[in-house]
Amino acid sequence: MISLGLKSFRHGIHPPEAKDETSGLAIRQFPFAPLLIVPLVQHLGKPSLPLVREGETVVRGQRLARPDGFMSVSMHAPASGTVKSIGPTPSISGRMVPAVFLEPQPGSTQEVMEGTPCPLASATPEEIVAAIQDAGIVGLGGAGFPTHAKLRIPPERHVDTLIINGAECEPYLTTDHRVMLEQRDDVFTGIRYLLKVTGAERAIVALEANKPDAAQHLRSGLPGDLSASVEVLRVKYPQGAEKMLISALLGREVPSGGLPLDVHALCVNVATTAEIGRLLPHGRGIQERVITITGPAVQHKGNYRIPIGTPLRFLLGEVGVEEDVTRVFLGGPMMGAAAPSLDIAITKGTSGVVAFDATRAERSHRTVYPCIRCGYCLDACPMRLDPAQLGSLARSQEYARMADEFHLMDCFECGSCSFVCPSHIPLVQQFRFAKAAVRKAGAHG
Amino acid sequence: MTAPARTLEIRTSPHMVSGYSVDTIMFNVVVALLPVTAFAVYAFGLAALLVLSTATVTCLLTERVACRLSGRASSLGDWSVAITGLLYGLTLPPGLPLWMVVVGGVVAVALGKALFGGLGCNPFNPALVGRAFLQAAFPVAMTTWSPAFTSDRFTALGSSTLTLPFTRPLYDAVTSATPLALWKFERQASEVGELALGFIGGSTGETSALLILVGGAYLVARNMMSWQIPVAIFAAVAAFSGALHGLDPETYASPTFMLFSGGLMLGAVFMATDMVGSPMTSGACLLYGAGIGMLVVVIRVWGGMPEGVMYAILLANACTIHLDRWIRPRVYGATAQEAPR
Repeated sequence: MISLGLKSFRHGIHPPEAKDETSGLAIRQFPFAPLLIVPLVQHLGKPSLPLVREGETVVRGQRLARPDGFMSVSMHAPASGTVKSIGPTPSISGRMVPAVFLEPQPGSTQEVMEGTPCPLASATPEEIVAAIQDAGIVGLGGAGFPTHAKLRIPPERHVDTLIINGAECEPYLTTDHRVMLEQRDDVFTGIRYLLKVTGAERAIVALEANKPDAAQHLRSGLPGDLSASVEVLRVKYPQGAEKMLISALLGREVPSGGLPLDVHALCVNVATTAEIGRLLPHGRGIQERVITITGPAVQHKGNYRIPIGTPLRFLLGEVGVEEDVTRVFLGGPMMGAAAPSLDIAITKGTSGVVAFDATRAERSHRTVYPCIRCGYCLDACPMRLDPAQLGSLARSQEYARMADEFHLMDCFECGSCSFVCPSHIPLVQQFRFAKAAVRKAGAHG
Repeated sequence: MTAPARTLEIRTSPHMVSGYSVDTIMFNVVVALLPVTAFAVYAFGLAALLVLSTATVTCLLTERVACRLSGRASSLGDWSVAITGLLYGLTLPPGLPLWMVVVGGVVAVALGKALFGGLGCNPFNPALVGRAFLQAAFPVAMTTWSPAFTSDRFTALGSSTLTLPFTRPLYDAVTSATPLALWKFERQASEVGELALGFIGGSTGETSALLILVGGAYLVARNMMSWQIPVAIFAAVAAFSGALHGLDPETYASPTFMLFSGGLMLGAVFMATDMVGSPMTSGACLLYGAGIGMLVVVIRVWGGMPEGVMYAILLANACTIHLDRWIRPRVYGATAQEAPR
């Protein structure tokens, strides 16, 4: 891929992309599982408050739970059926969270119930933000940050550029790629809503050079009255991280500890944008999302529109995962989390499922050598930190010094340092632990 | 529907790795050293073969014993001590008595590496620590050079090689001076073409500049060596010695002679670039290399010895930790006035 001369950021890595097997496959509908598990925590913030009771019959798209507080969002029924129970279920972090267990009704038409539309032309910015919270929209890239919270911009701040993030720099994942190809008009409608909310002068849809078809498709359909452009960036991980996108596109650096808002920018994932454009005109909520299911253990790889709450066990069975699956991770291989159990459910933040079986999984128990000061990690870190130094301080448990002198808290755990380390030192893991220790110390002090 | 039954493996992200590992890097350095090593044996015959194998075996055994004594698992598998052994052997005069090779090899690994805590902890290049020890302990033996390409080099050994331990070596009538010594003490220049190809006297492995550069290029192409270090060394040597040569060509040797003579190539490409002893960022590597280049010229021109690469690198090794502290990339989003939290 010739991508020299394209915009990018300093440092970063080039993991194998592994996208070819699914990037050409159109989005297909995934079947309903016999039991859907809708966790009430799919976002940062407090669990949503259930609006239904056990035994109640619900219609697809009906609100199951309402937000509890500013950082919380609504949940909607992914299928028409009966609420079997409301109780705890394991989440990806291993913690138990409350969930609504829903049994879809076989043979039902599964028509989606619509709520109050939020018309683009007449809605005020405040109404759009409220509609986004009501639609249960969170960042579909994976972090689960409620989108409406990002859009509540204090009156004294102003945003000049809205960045629509279609970089999809994680290996294996092709959902944003397919959404850009298949939901172009939803993306454009979403941009119109977001421009209205933020008051930004322009929008930039940013994607990596490995999706030339999507760039071409978006450019050719760009409405004349929409103040938006498409920018192709160099293929490099983690190009899709907010801070890297902003420095690549605008040449601005988000200050340490600050927000994109501090440099008059706002980033929204492209799939999230498409959902806003698809749901708001009809007053619907998120009851499904597009995910990539891939990996060496998967027979029927592809991009699927899958009901929220589909249990992992059912999902793997449907795509023909063989018996000896040993490693399943949700999200991409660089920042995604390994599934602790097959009973967890697909949530709004799950962008992909990648499965490995025993024979094809890469060697996982590797010798850890001492740091040989090769400097690979310094050349990889997109935040330009010194992971080698941080790693050696972590070993001697000097967490406060890591934060004070070596900018530990600026690490966003992209995994680039661990990826390149020839000594196989679990740097990111050490940094996660250290960050937690620093936060805990801060909370007590 | 199949029910996946195996145990799930839980690990934290990232779930992908580059595939580079310490042992593959070190093994590739050994591979890059093989042409130089083969040429050394070709040029100096049996004597070089014995020096090189004795040096390598001594270093490997010392590492093994050091691991045993410190209660760690054997670290021979990371290949780093094999590099030390080979490099150490390549810096020695081909006719050096083998018992001295053994003493220096033990010092190299035990004092230069194990005592600091093993791989990754040694501030100085272990091979050079061993050589520096020999230079101090046996200055005559370390500067007596047997000639290259003698006709009987594969059939006969010089009388010095098998000297009994703790006795003074007896040298054959014919020894040769290195090009640097010829210049320093007799102002006699050597043919640069011969220097580059290696048809001259000197340490076992320092003679063929061409093969050393080939090995270095291989490592740079595989991203296993910093190109900044040798390039900065060459540039500094060329600029500094070029300026001196321009002032007074009678007293000061030409830059090409300076680049291709002595241990400069071997040192610049394989010793100064040792990851453990060199800085981590490319900016610091450039400064480190430039420092080595300047020191080499200073020692060669004004020092008491004809050669200064070894001391130049050891001194620069000592500066590495400070260079790494001073030269850091500016952290993304860090503001200039930011007070330490």
